[in-house]
Amino acid sequence: MSVIPEDLEPLVEKAVSKPVDTPLRRFVSDYTENSIAVLGFIVIVVITVLAILAPWIAPTNPYDLATVSIMDSRLAPGEQMMSGMTAYLGTDGSGRDMVSAMLYGLRISLSVGAGSGVIALAIGVIVGLVAAYFGGRTDAVIMRIVDMQLSFPAILVALVLLVTLGKGIDKTIIALVVVQWAYYARTIRATALVERQKEYIESAVCLALSKNRIMLRHLLPNCMAPIIVVGTMQVASAISLEATLSFLGLGMPETEPSLGRLIANGFEYIMSGRYWISIYPGIALLVTIVSINLVGDRLRDVLNPRLQR
Amino acid sequence: METPTLEVRNLRTHFFTKAGVVKAVDDVSFSIQPGQVLGLVGESGSGKTVTGFSVLGLVDEPGRVVSGDILFKGRNIARADDTEMRSLRGASIAMIFQDPMMTLNPVLRIDTQMIEAITAHRNVDQDGARQEARDMLGKVGIASPDERLKAYPHQFSGGMRQRVAIAIALLNRPELIVADEPTTALDVTIQGQILYEVQRLCEETGTALMWITHDLAVVAGLADTISVMYAGRVVESGSVEEVLEQPMHPYTHGLIGSVPSRNKRGQPLRQIPGMTPSLLNLPSGCAFRTRCSFSTDACQVIPDMSEPVPGRTLRCHEPIVQHEAV
Amino acid sequence: MTVFIIRRLLQAALVVLMMSFVVFAGVFLVGDPVDILVADDADQAEREQVIREMGLDKPFIVQYGIFLKNGLNGDLGESFVFDEPAVGLILERMPATIELATVSLLIAVVLGIPLGVWAGLKPEAWSSRAIITGSIFGFSLPTFWVGIMMILLFAVILGWLPSTGRGDVGYVLGIPTSLVSWKGFSHIVLPAVNLALFNLALVIRLARAGAREVMHQDYIKFARAKGLSQSRIVLIHVMKNIMIPVVTVLGLEFGGLLAFSVVTETVFAWPGMGKLLIDSINLLDRPVIVAYLMIIVLLFVVINLVVDVLYSVLDPRVRLQDVKA
Repeated sequence: MSVIPEDLEPLVEKAVSKPVDTPLRRFVSDYTENSIAVLGFIVIVVITVLAILAPWIAPTNPYDLATVSIMDSRLAPGEQMMSGMTAYLGTDGSGRDMVSAMLYGLRISLSVGAGSGVIALAIGVIVGLVAAYFGGRTDAVIMRIVDMQLSFPAILVALVLLVTLGKGIDKTIIALVVVQWAYYARTIRATALVERQKEYIESAVCLALSKNRIMLRHLLPNCMAPIIVVGTMQVASAISLEATLSFLGLGMPETEPSLGRLIANGFEYIMSGRYWISIYPGIALLVTIVSINLVGDRLRDVLNPRLQR
Repeated sequence: METPTLEVRNLRTHFFTKAGVVKAVDDVSFSIQPGQVLGLVGESGSGKTVTGFSVLGLVDEPGRVVSGDILFKGRNIARADDTEMRSLRGASIAMIFQDPMMTLNPVLRIDTQMIEAITAHRNVDQDGARQEARDMLGKVGIASPDERLKAYPHQFSGGMRQRVAIAIALLNRPELIVADEPTTALDVTIQGQILYEVQRLCEETGTALMWITHDLAVVAGLADTISVMYAGRVVESGSVEEVLEQPMHPYTHGLIGSVPSRNKRGQPLRQIPGMTPSLLNLPSGCAFRTRCSFSTDACQVIPDMSEPVPGRTLRCHEPIVQHEAV
Repeated sequence: MTVFIIRRLLQAALVVLMMSFVVFAGVFLVGDPVDILVADDADQAEREQVIREMGLDKPFIVQYGIFLKNGLNGDLGESFVFDEPAVGLILERMPATIELATVSLLIAVVLGIPLGVWAGLKPEAWSSRAIITGSIFGFSLPTFWVGIMMILLFAVILGWLPSTGRGDVGYVLGIPTSLVSWKGFSHIVLPAVNLALFNLALVIRLARAGAREVMHQDYIKFARAKGLSQSRIVLIHVMKNIMIPVVTVLGLEFGGLLAFSVVTETVFAWPGMGKLLIDSINLLDRPVIVAYLMIIVLLFVVINLVVDVLYSVLDPRVRLQDVKA
């Protein structure tokens, strides 16, 4: 970062050091300067592909109770199961092959995390845009609600919701959406407020375009940068939260374990040295969350106009 | 002649940026005698602020003093290390910045910020330092200094904050003060008061003063000598009366001519045509060549510093001779 | 200043009132209120008796009024499991949770600020990059998993530290704390560090961002022009400016710590409010759940109030503004 004294700033022209033209190409070349972030991105792609293909690539179906045998339980990594198959990462307390359980668990963790993220984003963005665009009392009321929601720790809100609603994938998603939407709303409102003052919005208003059109077609696209950053970090945090809730016994049912549940199941075996039941799903969870955060962090640096050279 | 308090010889300070090398200060020379005031004049981007920072050793990355000498009372400090500079800064050489709003730390009290300037250099106890601070506030024209000491910067107006900054600069009786446009951000009336105070104090104490500004009017009233900078180089220097009455460099001439009060009412204001060039993209030869109505082919080569008259220096191939001046 | 505090107190009371309404209404609307107060295995006669006793056949507003009245007297129902007042149960376990949260906060601050400031002052150094990458791990890793791994490493494999429970409790100035003995200390180390990780990462990043921003300000250059030593500049000029945003965030995070201790307490079997909550959820001990929520709300409001006051003490611009207002 170059710090030029103020009396020279107006005279130093911006660097024309890269021969790239489109914003997308510039973005990509900026992003890829940090190799760790690129690694993070690759990892996310790999994980997503694995999760999507889980039903086809998993050696067994851990949900099919017919094939799961208690005789297989707690096998160490590399041992053979009743069916003759090798459990490369061992089996858990119910006899499920860890590799399969992890693939399916990954699938659930990702879909719940990303799914709730997308829904919360949609809701939050609409609320935030409305608050920023209409201002005044609407804004005040909405922001009060948002602030109150945000002043309570996510985990407690989610806990209480799940206690009342019960278990299940849909209820988990609802709880996660409730916990997340306010954060999106606040972020986009802040950005939209800044953008709203700018001239292109003024001209759109002068052209007598409908409010909806201005909000969606003019305002929203220019607020995308912080949404992308927040969205990425929120998905990671949603995945982590879901895992935590599952660990505590809430959210996903026992029959469809997410990674958190698998870890919880394995917890009791830690003391007796059967580490693999908790560790491997844990590593999978870890790798997922860390990569998403690495990417999100890098996105934040690249998309931040203030840090541009 | 006694040793000048400050003598700068062929100073070059360059910034090594990703976009290229910015020669902010490119072969600048001047000197200031004790008790004298030098007005360093130029537009934004002329390199005058960087010159001031270079003297104090406060040029930050990616900038560096590349070559040249900075002689403070005869001692060359251009390549002094930070410890040596730190003992000089605030004690023998003080600086006053341009923007009074941000020069004082908003979360610390005035007395804290004044006392630390004293105790950093001298072995004075808290009470003694406080007393000195109090006295100095009085000297710069701040009423009820005891209350003011306990206050925070945001409780002061811009003019008062700048007085505090001046007071801090004077606390350790420096021999040289570098003032970087200290009155630019203030009202004209306050500006007048502060100029008066500073002039008086410098006369009293024999402090040499380097006053950096773009405002010729200030220089006319305050300075003894003047150096005019353009695009990192000094283009003309000499005593204030001579330079302002009979400018030799076309740029100086243009600057003086463009001051609104010198134009007749009803006539269009005079300007220097064109814009200050980017320091990354200077014209070859004389940097002013592209805007100068007197330029010739000779100006394709950088003019050297010459001394057409004793006490005057000039960097120009085609100086304005008196009867040509309009 | 007093006006400021009074105004904040009134606001706080209003928030508590509103939250009590939300909790009560939520419980009322979502579930059968009888279920809240009666154990699942009670028979019809018992249920009817409770309905009459508790006035559950009365209109909503009246019931809410009773709830409030009882609440102000400190009565939020009796636990099914323990047959004791729910409030008492929670208050019994609160010191353990507060101790855990406080130690975690201290770890986050004492380690986080120096590390963050260092990373901010020397951004190109290898150590700074390591600190920042580490901080990403700090807030990414799910707390419960880190806790499990810590137990695995330090208790099972290395055998250095105990894996569960709270150690001996001694009394310092009338406050029960487990820090006075080695046994107590060894029990709190793992859970406190575990709980601290997220906030540690947060503080590091905040301190770093703050240091970077502050170092470029004019007043820092002016301080250097005065000839002040680098250590004075960092320790006094920079620190005081960083403290403001850090304290604000930390204050709010303390509430988060109290809440999130739910997870750490479960992993390490630390006998605090959080573990009580999870146990109650699993045992369907509803009065305790309701009581926990109300107490947490109260705690949060108090914390926010303290943070506001602290903030105005640290930032003179805010304090004096309020006085004029």
